[in-house]
Amino acid sequence: MLPPYSLEQTIEQIVKEEWGRILSCIVKNVGDIQFAEDCLQDAVEAALKNWPEKGIPKSPAAWLISVSHRKAIDRVRRSKNFKSKEADLSYLSQLEQMDFGDETDQDIPDERLRLIFTCCHPALEEKTRIALTLRTIGGLKTEEIAKAFLDTPSTMAQRIVRAKKKIKLAGISYIVPDGEMLQERLKGVLAVIYLIFNEGYSASNSHQLTRVDLIEEAIRLARILMNLMPKEPEVLGLYALMILHDARRFARIDKQGEMVALEFQNRRLWDRAKIEEGNRVVKQALAMQQVGPYQLQACISAVHLNAVSWDVTDWPQITALYALLYQIQPTHVVRINHIMAVSYADSVAVALQLLDELQLEQNMSCNVSFLLLKADLFERNDQLGESLKLLERAIDLTDNEIEKRFIKRKLQGKSSYASR
Amino acid sequence: MQFLCLIYGTEGKDPQPGTEEFGAYMQEYETFSALCEQNGVLVNANALEPVATASTVTMENGKPEIMDGPFAETKEQLGGYYLLDCKDLDEALEYAAKIPTAKYGRVEVRPIMVFE
Repeated sequence: MLPPYSLEQTIEQIVKEEWGRILSCIVKNVGDIQFAEDCLQDAVEAALKNWPEKGIPKSPAAWLISVSHRKAIDRVRRSKNFKSKEADLSYLSQLEQMDFGDETDQDIPDERLRLIFTCCHPALEEKTRIALTLRTIGGLKTEEIAKAFLDTPSTMAQRIVRAKKKIKLAGISYIVPDGEMLQERLKGVLAVIYLIFNEGYSASNSHQLTRVDLIEEAIRLARILMNLMPKEPEVLGLYALMILHDARRFARIDKQGEMVALEFQNRRLWDRAKIEEGNRVVKQALAMQQVGPYQLQACISAVHLNAVSWDVTDWPQITALYALLYQIQPTHVVRINHIMAVSYADSVAVALQLLDELQLEQNMSCNVSFLLLKADLFERNDQLGESLKLLERAIDLTDNEIEKRFIKRKLQGKSSYASR
Repeated sequence: MQFLCLIYGTEGKDPQPGTEEFGAYMQEYETFSALCEQNGVLVNANALEPVATASTVTMENGKPEIMDGPFAETKEQLGGYYLLDCKDLDEALEYAAKIPTAKYGRVEVRPIMVFE
């Protein structure tokens, strides 16, 4: 059984859970993220004093919003250039009239979409978008975000403060873009969430347990976005993709902490519930008939996860999905994965031929994924000497420690095999 | 709010006077300026003489020190500007992207500071 939470921990939990919803609402009313956050911080302090005595209110979010508005009025009154702020004050006083105190959660307008789109505005640096999204929507503390990105808290705090200032001064509107711009900006939002997920994914490889669980945070953000934009198939696609990746969490790393390739993972360690959920969401997305890169990647993941073993994987299906993905996302990674799938769906010989074609188009002799696939194909073709040479090249080229160890183990396995 | 769209380019990289493309290039500028005016966002716009005409002055010990040329010898030079009055950054960026030189150089968009 889990130890019971202290009241303080419970309050902290509530604040984190509701942070994005509350903050987005206050920003809508006061117009500035920093100011809104300061007021919310005041309100949280008040809650820590007030709630232990009077109990947790029916709707903590509504309570915090009301108190934040009151704190906003206090702050404007106290400010030096009070005179010039009279207009703000009368507006804020109006807000105070519409007290949320007795209302339920459902009465609070949800403004989180505005906040997400603002935080992921392309006029902000990528890392800033990530940090700001985690802070404002995810409710993570600056120190937690700093730790997640191996930055010092002061550096991270500076980054976040500067970003909030830029949003205000540069004239970034607090809106959800419409028309053509919506799709473009939505791609940016999804990219931010996926980056958070991948950051967490690689952190779990290096066993940095002190890091905040960025995987959980990314999934949570995607779930929020999915509830706010249930008709956007790529939002569903990204959610499904992350859930499906995450389903393999405990099979990806062995007892020694080493990465295990999909082929050799113990499939009984895969999380069935997550696979079911991923399957369901990806089907829902596909039914909207507007395919996109996240949906396709989710489909590929789903095909893998629904196979009882590597050998019975539906390779023709995976090959077709990669071909489709390549049309939308013509990158080397996708092309190499496609060729990998071809090697199982068709034959090693055909795959080798496709690799040669790729090499003719562009010099791939320094691309680690390319070399690893080629090594694998040579091995399956009984050309062990060639395979070894490529693995040695690959190991020299990568500076990722985990990948290095991964290739090394492959090499050891092979050289002993070769000498046998 | 007002935004200054600073047009940077490498001199000689965009269509030059006397070439076939130059006329069309200037026409694009005229079209763009007309669009801004028509939509009521144009405050002011100007092109600058080439950077070879630049002079730089600083005050050293109370005396002006004058130098030939721009302050920084960068590859990309300020060639002109548009001062636009837009509702937000997104709108300003949308206009800035339509400035013909954006195809050959870049346009930096900066909000005009408002003193409270």
